[in-house]
Amino acid sequence: MEDPFATAFALMASGDPELRQIIGLSLRVTLTAVAIACMIGLPLGAALALARFPGRGALVVLFNALMGLPPVVAGLMVYLLLSRSGPMGGLGLLFTPTAMVVAQTLLILPIVVSLTRSVTEDLWLEYHEQLRSLGAGRLRAVPTLLWDGRVSLLTGVLAGFGRASAEVGAVLIVGGNIAGHTRTMTTAITLETARGQLGLAVALGIILMAMTLTLNAVAWGVGQWAKERLE
Amino acid sequence: MIPYNTRRSVLLGLASSLALLTALSAAAQEFITVASTTSTENSGLFGHILPLFQDETGIEVRVVSQGTGQALETGRRGDADVVFVHARAQEEAFVADGYGVERFDVMYNDFVIVGPGDDPAGLDDVADAATAMAAIAGSGASFASRGDDSGTHTAELALWEAAGIEPMGAWYLSTGSGMGATLNAAAQIPAYALTDRGTWLSFENRGPLQIVFEGDDALFNPYGIVLVNPERHPTVKAEQGQAFIDWMVSDTGQDAIASFTIGGEQLFFPTAGRPSE
Amino acid sequence: MTVPPSPTPAILPLTLDAASYAAGGQVLLSDVSVTITSGRRLVIMGANGAGKTLLLRLCHGLIDPTAGRRIWADGSARTAAQAMVFQRPVLLRRTVAANIAYPLALQGMAADQRRDMVARTLHRFGLTPLADRRARRLSGGEQQRVALARAWAMTPHVLFLDEPTSALDPSATRIIEDMIASIAAEGITIVMTTHDLGQARRLAEDVAFLHRGRLIEHRPAAPFFAGPHTPEARAHLAGDLIW
Repeated sequence: MEDPFATAFALMASGDPELRQIIGLSLRVTLTAVAIACMIGLPLGAALALARFPGRGALVVLFNALMGLPPVVAGLMVYLLLSRSGPMGGLGLLFTPTAMVVAQTLLILPIVVSLTRSVTEDLWLEYHEQLRSLGAGRLRAVPTLLWDGRVSLLTGVLAGFGRASAEVGAVLIVGGNIAGHTRTMTTAITLETARGQLGLAVALGIILMAMTLTLNAVAWGVGQWAKERLE
Repeated sequence: MIPYNTRRSVLLGLASSLALLTALSAAAQEFITVASTTSTENSGLFGHILPLFQDETGIEVRVVSQGTGQALETGRRGDADVVFVHARAQEEAFVADGYGVERFDVMYNDFVIVGPGDDPAGLDDVADAATAMAAIAGSGASFASRGDDSGTHTAELALWEAAGIEPMGAWYLSTGSGMGATLNAAAQIPAYALTDRGTWLSFENRGPLQIVFEGDDALFNPYGIVLVNPERHPTVKAEQGQAFIDWMVSDTGQDAIASFTIGGEQLFFPTAGRPSE
Repeated sequence: MTVPPSPTPAILPLTLDAASYAAGGQVLLSDVSVTITSGRRLVIMGANGAGKTLLLRLCHGLIDPTAGRRIWADGSARTAAQAMVFQRPVLLRRTVAANIAYPLALQGMAADQRRDMVARTLHRFGLTPLADRRARRLSGGEQQRVALARAWAMTPHVLFLDEPTSALDPSATRIIEDMIASIAAEGITIVMTTHDLGQARRLAEDVAFLHRGRLIEHRPAAPFFAGPHTPEARAHLAGDLIW
């Protein structure tokens, strides 16, 4: 096994188009999933914090539990849903990047919902009388709370991104690891491991780690800046 | 002031991620999906022949590589247009049950038994594969099995049966994973394992493992290709799928298969057009 | 300075008609009847736990009477032309300017009008230099000024203030009292609670005295301070001398 660090560095330096394509797809799929999970999860989490209805407690527990949903299970569910023989087979989405986005959204959504609920619940406790006095009802309070909780919410979104970019179980099942089409960093690592190309697998892992590290560093920096400037 | 901005940015986000989604799913061109085995993908065969096919026909082939059992299931569910695997009995059942149209011979390679270099079971002087398996079982050495219903796993079970041994006990390790993962495990333990030659040749993390038995007819490993039945799944791209099958069994396709080598060694041997025995 | 447009129809007087409020089996406000008339500065006094804050919240509409009625002159259940400054006001995690703009956006004011109003409000209370500062990072006195300015920007006809200076040092207290007086001078009705008797003397035109959830005196301030009718009020004012 050659030095994986040297391999990783050589790979990145070479600007290999296949590697660029894999990195690009990984980022595109995960970022899209994060964006969609936020669009659904932020309002849903806030609604869950503010609304009072029968079964709310059960829903809160459910979303908390779903944070631990194993990626393979999420993948299997989406696979059965999108398979030609499944209820949404007509869309022809299995083994496409879209299917991977769907599966990853399913993984991230509970994280975003649960964190948003807990952040907005705390804020609501502090804000609700003042907001009512200023003329905002519960519904109108939702965007206010999301905006005022933005720094804390960033953490949750990042956690979601981390989970999605690291997982392989779901994307492997629903994407099929098709070369040039649905191969991501993690499925490529799985493949190279299976081929016994451990050096290459570790090199890809190093690149993935470097990407995650960079992103987290940026996000942490933004978070610090935001705390300083936006609170 | 800010809430309105928030609302606007939410809308913007919605619009842009919808755009992203559409962009992601926009199919570049004509393509078919082929469910195949890890052995063909991991050995690099597809990387060698598919560009040739695409240049000639303009059809992109998207290969989902799975174990033979899983690949056939993918075909049964209608999630692939063509199935390209190596477990003849299962393929014939696939066609007989109406899931596939017709099975074509494409090529073969062979299985080899790999094991630790000191060969505790002493396989260099056994006559045939069944005897070799019996020797492993009797030696107290470990054996790593795929245990995943793949073509290799099916072939392995047939060998145990021929040897009259029911593989069971602490020495028999069912990894439940692909060929590569099983070889990785066998190299660590170390243990004997049955592998197709293609995967073995392209596998780098061998550790103490080497080929300890090869060359018996019982280790013959034929690959067949089947079009998924469009009468059962109307979404199957029958025309392009058949074009791929036709090309694979044509002289061009067969030459392409024969020309694939690793380290100067040919991995797969064309068999199309020959009467299957 | 801007005078809010005269109320049409007038929301004042606000009348509480035998209003009571009970929670958890305890009657916290009992049978309060009071009329709050336009253009006056009413100070609600009483010992801790007498129900001063609760009465403000009831008038403002944050809670509803469990018995009796609350009647605005325009007939609405909770009129928009009012504002309240809490004892510990909650400023949003935004700039000072954005805090003032927030309720205006809720009222549906157009963006350019809003910008004008925010600028006018900041200028009116000398807050222009703080416009772009994060509201949460200001000192307690500055935060209270922003809260008061935010309430004023809503152009209320009546402004409720709950212990507006309880957490402030004397100089900040002076600034807030001046602000309240100048807001009152525009014709805005002031209803406030305080436990600071000096402040009550300085700001009150009328006094309402609460004792254990009951309104036991409601009179113009001068005669009240000169000679309270009830022994409870007398004892409360006497406490002033001890301090």
